[in-house]
Amino acid sequence: MLKITNLHASVDNKTILKGVNLEVKAGEVHAIMGPNGSGKSTLAAVIAGKEDYEVLKGKITFEGQDIDELSAEDRAHKGIFMSFQYPVEIPGVSVTNFMKTAINETRKAKGLKDMPASEMLKLIREKSELLEIDRKFLSRSLNEGFSGGEKKRNEIFQMAILEPKLAILDETDSGLDIDAIRIVSNGVNKLKNKNNAVIVITHYQRLLDYIVPDFVHVIYDGRIVKSGTKELAHELEEKGYDWIKEKVDA
Amino acid sequence: MDLKEKLISSFLAFENQVDVDAFVHGIRSKAIETFENKGFPTKKDEDWKYTSLTRILKKDYTVFPKQENDIEYRDIKKYLIHDIDSYKIIFIDGKYSSHLSETTHDGMDICLTSAALTKPKYRLIIENYFNKVATKDSLTSLNTAFSSEGAYIHIPKNKLVQKPIQILHFSTGNEVATMLQPRNLIVVDENSHVQVIERHQSLTNNPVLTNSVTEIFTNKRAIVDYYKVQNDNQNASLIDNTFIKQKQESICSVHTFSFGGKLTRNNLKFFQHGERINSVLKGITIVGDKQHVDHNTLVQHIEPNCESHQDYKGIFGDNAVGVFNGKVVVEKEAQKTNAFQANNNILLNDKAIINTKPQLEIFADDVKCSHGCTIGQLDENALFYLRSRGIPKKEAKALLMYAFANNVLESVKIPKIKQRINKLIANKLGVNIGFDL
Repeated sequence: MLKITNLHASVDNKTILKGVNLEVKAGEVHAIMGPNGSGKSTLAAVIAGKEDYEVLKGKITFEGQDIDELSAEDRAHKGIFMSFQYPVEIPGVSVTNFMKTAINETRKAKGLKDMPASEMLKLIREKSELLEIDRKFLSRSLNEGFSGGEKKRNEIFQMAILEPKLAILDETDSGLDIDAIRIVSNGVNKLKNKNNAVIVITHYQRLLDYIVPDFVHVIYDGRIVKSGTKELAHELEEKGYDWIKEKVDA
Repeated sequence: MDLKEKLISSFLAFENQVDVDAFVHGIRSKAIETFENKGFPTKKDEDWKYTSLTRILKKDYTVFPKQENDIEYRDIKKYLIHDIDSYKIIFIDGKYSSHLSETTHDGMDICLTSAALTKPKYRLIIENYFNKVATKDSLTSLNTAFSSEGAYIHIPKNKLVQKPIQILHFSTGNEVATMLQPRNLIVVDENSHVQVIERHQSLTNNPVLTNSVTEIFTNKRAIVDYYKVQNDNQNASLIDNTFIKQKQESICSVHTFSFGGKLTRNNLKFFQHGERINSVLKGITIVGDKQHVDHNTLVQHIEPNCESHQDYKGIFGDNAVGVFNGKVVVEKEAQKTNAFQANNNILLNDKAIINTKPQLEIFADDVKCSHGCTIGQLDENALFYLRSRGIPKKEAKALLMYAFANNVLESVKIPKIKQRINKLIANKLGVNIGFDL
């Protein structure tokens, strides 16, 4: 589904990714872990198509197509979704109107007509129940005054509605208490099937008790320096990142 | 002959042909003198520092346009809010069109300035109100000198006017260039409530310069909601002078939606004569392509316990220029005044300009006054957030602009107006967003 080969990328003329290789197949869950500043969030932003990130070398293909030239919205239409580490507050646009616009613009890109209002309501209701989201929440301005947990839940709610093929969860667990982690990961697990894939970016092993990865990768200094199975996450939790740093720096 | 000379020399002929009594004649003669002495404002005037009329005044305007036209309802329907029941006072090239209008004398007068200025039964109102709150600056005086036609609205006390009143001034472009000077007078007596929608619209691309004056008197506990829809074409310029005198416990709101026109100048002045008055001034400006919109506001707080709320949002693209000059005066007696003013702007590129200048003059010592202005760009992170959910760049930008202007629309009380403004904004931004904010 997603294939990243020798990816080098920079932001503000600073090279952050220095040769990342990663392949994600349908039905898989990958975790990307690593110390602060290692390039985790940059990798997510580059896959999602943020404009101020520049690909210097290497290639990203999604379902066999090179996506480097595609805009963020085109990538979204193809089924790539990123849950933001810091979801942006947008006063004046309600959650419902935002989702309606996102759904219908995606449909438009696929040559489909707007979703009928009744179907839309049903979909929104169904998915808000999945994420245990209160009805009143839906008419509030997007992320404005939301708690950390509400913001993240709202991200997964959007994922549930848009049903992406590839979901990248960028530090979805940061700032969440244990109940919120449970709700969010429960949502992700229910959405998971053999046709889609998830990349979980996290600093801690905690989230991976709930969303169990098939593969764990450690990123350091812009490269994936170690890959393994979920046991690697436990090892990192116990020993920290220093032993990896030492190994690489040596 | 320049426009000033042309206007002054036309005045005599005009005064001879119009049948008015000595009272109105006296006001007019004095007004043309004021205009002759002051002339058109220039950039040397502090109030006109950022807006130049020079280019616009160079055109050879016809001051008394031909009065024949064959405008039908279908030609103007789209400029009306046609899907609501309303009174309509419609002028074509400055002349009242009876077959397009819907006026009334049933328990109130919703009719014409020309009738009010000449018929004895209106005389008392005219003597009490005509030209009483309009300031004596040069452009207002010019309008006063030539005032003969416009909307005249008198709502007697304890009357809730069920239907909004639409005042529309059309120009046909029958002349190569036309100057219009409509004069509206609106008197709302105690406990009454009225809603007014005003629009100036040219039907062709021939240049038009409108110098409009509206006087509004909001008597005790009266409520006036006034909406100005400014979406004229690229060769039409408008100088709108609106003066409001409020009595105690009255509420008057003016919403100004400026999307079109070449040059638009809004002089909006509120004078509060009484306690517990509320004045509301709101505006959304979205312009591009060499358009120029200037909001010049004044709220004078004279007595205690009054409020004023100003909230102007501006979005400027291409080579557009915006000006906001908002002045709040709190007189010595006006203790416990609560005055709020905000002017927020988004510049879409490097060439667009906004000049914003809030002014507070406070002579009382127990007041709550705040003002603030911001100038910014669209938030890149917000844009990426929306795009990452599949909303294309253009629509995402539009959505952010909608969101930015949205709170100004919240206080619009007529849903159909809100809908229309939403549509005009979408058209202006070139998008079709499938919901109303």
